[in-house]
Amino acid sequence: MVSLLVGTRKGAFVYRGDTARKTWQVDGPHFLGSIVNHLVLDPRDGRTLLLAAKTGHLGPTVFRSTDGGKNWAEAKTPPAFKTVPSGEKGRAVDSVFWLTAGHVSEPDVWYAGTAPVGLFRSADGGATWAEVEGFNDRLYERIKDSVVNVPDGSLVHSILVHPEDPRRVYIGLSTGGVFESTDGGESWVPLNKGIEASFLPDGNAEFGHDPHLLAMHPLDPERLYQQNHCGIYRLDRPSVEWRRIGAHMPKEIGDIGFPVVLHPRDRECLWVFPMDGTDVWPRVSPGGRPAAYRSRDGGASWERQDRGMPERQAWWTVKRQAFCADARDPVGLYFGTTSGEIWSSTDEGASWSQISAHLPEIYSVVAAEV
Amino acid sequence: MRVVLPSPLFSYSGGQREIEATSETLAQLMGVLDGRFPGMRHRIVDEQNRIRPHIRFFVNGDSATTLDHRLSADDEVLIVAALSGG
Repeated sequence: MVSLLVGTRKGAFVYRGDTARKTWQVDGPHFLGSIVNHLVLDPRDGRTLLLAAKTGHLGPTVFRSTDGGKNWAEAKTPPAFKTVPSGEKGRAVDSVFWLTAGHVSEPDVWYAGTAPVGLFRSADGGATWAEVEGFNDRLYERIKDSVVNVPDGSLVHSILVHPEDPRRVYIGLSTGGVFESTDGGESWVPLNKGIEASFLPDGNAEFGHDPHLLAMHPLDPERLYQQNHCGIYRLDRPSVEWRRIGAHMPKEIGDIGFPVVLHPRDRECLWVFPMDGTDVWPRVSPGGRPAAYRSRDGGASWERQDRGMPERQAWWTVKRQAFCADARDPVGLYFGTTSGEIWSSTDEGASWSQISAHLPEIYSVVAAEV
Repeated sequence: MRVVLPSPLFSYSGGQREIEATSETLAQLMGVLDGRFPGMRHRIVDEQNRIRPHIRFFVNGDSATTLDHRLSADDEVLIVAALSGG
């Protein structure tokens, strides 16, 4: 059965679908009042849940459940930077923003991305977390002038482990750029060529860009897509130069947004959810008319998919972790909105229906087979 | 000394609002609390030993802003979740 793991500004919810994915039973809230940035299932065992949480008052931590969310255990050592000597200025994790299960050959490994930018690794299923020093020390030292002093902006997301090589990892830094490691995080190389960065003084900067989300195709991990602050891009490795496939989006819609979702079996098929990135950046659906856009040719052309969605005066949008696909045929698509609604499609975006409303602001929606 | 906890920490203290403890500084008290209620310290003090932004400490009614604040046996320590953080 497909379940939707939903993280919100005020707690987590699990929606369990029937076989047709038409009716949904809600389980929750879990951790009512907690800010839940990410709730994910371990795809390696199909059972373990990890949840990234903080509250308005309390600091960030990670919880783990091995019984479908009935019981939770807090990490003994949550992600935290090293303590610096008194008098020196050290960093402190403000939020655990992103969780990624490690490679299938490393069943207890997890990665966590944080704000401010930090990368952490657990080798014991999420009980204890340690810094990835190649990232938090060496890379950070090199790029810190590009990622600091941005209110609310600097965080680590899109931790993508190559399915054929656990040492090969891609990562996205909001106000930092895309980086690749081929040695398990010891060293990192910027991967931002071809990406526009209209907010940087140097248009050819090596890093400092603002990826909103990266996606790697599960069947062809050399095919990467990126929804960036400045457009939609595609990269076919071993090339290191991104191409702006969002240039083919309708001009009145533009190619700004947060999420990008890939078809699980067709590397040419992807969905985005545009938002208004004009003048003062309203970050709402363009014109108050929300829609997903699908490309079936790797971004050469796009089609609007909005049947069933509000036709006017709907001023919400979809955040970067809040749009996802299941692996069924036809593919099911699910997104959560900034206004607390969950929408789904069981026909690959041709039509949409609302699963739920009146939730807190939704930060993440993850489809999982449970 | 008497230590009064705010409701956001009740999930750690098992619902206890007041506890008795012996400590010479707030830093030491944090260690005592974390020993008794594992995980509590990290939620209210960050890894640089700074009190988190929406947490306040009062000792006998006076604000204490750093963990090196000294304590006496008959002090009352109030840990408060600030009127913010919503």
